Amino acid sequence: MKTLTEKTLSRASGREVSPGDVVEVEVDLVAFHDLTGYHVLEVMEKVGVKRVFKPEGVVIAFDHLVPPPDVRSAEIQQAIRRFARELKLPNFHDVGYGILHQVLVEDYVLPGQVVIVADSHASTSGALGAFAQGMGASDVAAAAITGRTWLTVPQPFKVVLEGRPRQWITGKEVSLEMLKAFKADYFVGMSIEVFVEEPRAFPMDYRLTVANMGVEMNADALIFVPDEETSRYLEEMRGLRPSHLERPSPKAEYVDEYSINLEDVDFLVAAPNSVDNVKSVREVSGVEVDAVFIGSCTGGRLSDLEIAAKIMKGKRAKSRCIVVPASWRTFKKALELGYVQTLVEAGCMVTYGTCGPCIGGHFGVLGSGEVAVSTSNRNFVGRMGSPQSKVYLSGPAVAAATAVLGRIAEPGEVL
Amino acid sequence: MIVEGRVIKLGDKIDTDVIIPAKHLKSTDPEYLAQHVFEPIDPEFYKKARGAIIVAGKVFGMGSSREQAAIAIKAAGVKAVVAESFARIFYRNAINNGLPAIACPGITDEVKDGDLITVNVETGEVKVGDKVLKGKGVSGMALEILRVGGLIEYLKRSQRGL
Repeated sequence: MKTLTEKTLSRASGREVSPGDVVEVEVDLVAFHDLTGYHVLEVMEKVGVKRVFKPEGVVIAFDHLVPPPDVRSAEIQQAIRRFARELKLPNFHDVGYGILHQVLVEDYVLPGQVVIVADSHASTSGALGAFAQGMGASDVAAAAITGRTWLTVPQPFKVVLEGRPRQWITGKEVSLEMLKAFKADYFVGMSIEVFVEEPRAFPMDYRLTVANMGVEMNADALIFVPDEETSRYLEEMRGLRPSHLERPSPKAEYVDEYSINLEDVDFLVAAPNSVDNVKSVREVSGVEVDAVFIGSCTGGRLSDLEIAAKIMKGKRAKSRCIVVPASWRTFKKALELGYVQTLVEAGCMVTYGTCGPCIGGHFGVLGSGEVAVSTSNRNFVGRMGSPQSKVYLSGPAVAAATAVLGRIAEPGEVL
Repeated sequence: MIVEGRVIKLGDKIDTDVIIPAKHLKSTDPEYLAQHVFEPIDPEFYKKARGAIIVAGKVFGMGSSREQAAIAIKAAGVKAVVAESFARIFYRNAINNGLPAIACPGITDEVKDGDLITVNVETGEVKVGDKVLKGKGVSGMALEILRVGGLIEYLKRSQRGL
């Protein structure tokens, strides 16, 4: 009668676990990027150990300081590059390959795995049915050395997605709907298991966005129960056909259950300065916007670019607009499909494979008093630049319409 | 393990970007980080933090996995954080850096800025005047890590044992 969370953690710990148990588990993948990676290596150095549990179990992708904006960033990357070479780590990806979470799902993560990442948006991999958690550098160093970590088995919570979303309603709107209903503190200590009633109506791109936002809900993990859409993605992306996909027992017990009718989900934004300050676009329509960002591990996938391109086709962006596909593969596909050309013709600045302005480090930080609409994940004070700037989080359709009109808008207003 | 200190009270949903902005993350130097702790909301925070206990609301430390958030608070001289609840990653980072973290539902109703409070890290009891609140003490693996001062020291010892 086990949930997917319990099944996964029972396998990984070698014993039957229940919610609340503190267990030691074997990890399948340990991952880090440049900005946390150098810290992971510092911890290893302080511990006096330079080895990993298995070279193919460690995934590295540079994304935060990409391309390096200053000497310190370049040197951080040099140190990690050296480390990867010395330990002969086969799954090391230098600048220009992709954002770590996107790289993980495109190339590595499998349903049922335990994945530990030195970055909070680790939750993204839950879209493939993995139990994925972000942790700090010390915890990740420990996991990389030993291949093990300890954790508390979370309380399982069931979410059911019913029906089909309306045109251009994506995983972003669904995650904002959940944050509107539950706020950012409700899921502390819980693992959200999401069941999709019509698997093909809610594709992997959307699932990745919802799972990514699981950490903004402060859930311990967010896992999509594997189904035919999971199989489709694994086959199309990697040519894999897993013989068995573990699912929760039909009588698995959850602490509670919540259903969302996808047809009822509307265009939403998270207004400043909190991810759970969710409003309908109509409530904030007309707010003037200086910058629009379409990108990140949350909102830089092919479906985001497709929607943005369709809305901006033949138009000109009024706000400055930065577009960053989440990986090289995503960028290349968007190039082949003509989305990049459309977006460039609309006046967008397009690059790829960097976290970019999402973390306020470089590539388009906000000045004081500026307002941005972003398909990324956080609108905390100062997140994307000045503490006096303001960020509205949205899905790709609202971001694209906003860029065209220079004020927050629904896509219907520009078509 | 008992800690005592004056309360610095903060609100709900204090996030890691507010604790230490991303622009400071290219360093792990505790002294540097301490000088920038809570910079977006109070650039002078570190001047009054030494010996204090932070009392905060829900999901303290939500947001990113940056371990510098816990390092900065600890290095600024804060003795412990007591909150209604914690974000999972911050809680682990705090323990891993020797900063006691106690989840104590109801604490924000009972405590005001400047109060002197006593926290029993293991039992989770928080004394405010003659009132005692029952929080969640640090136990198990987390307590073992906290006792030796953090995960690096814990790993050093366990690696020596291998």
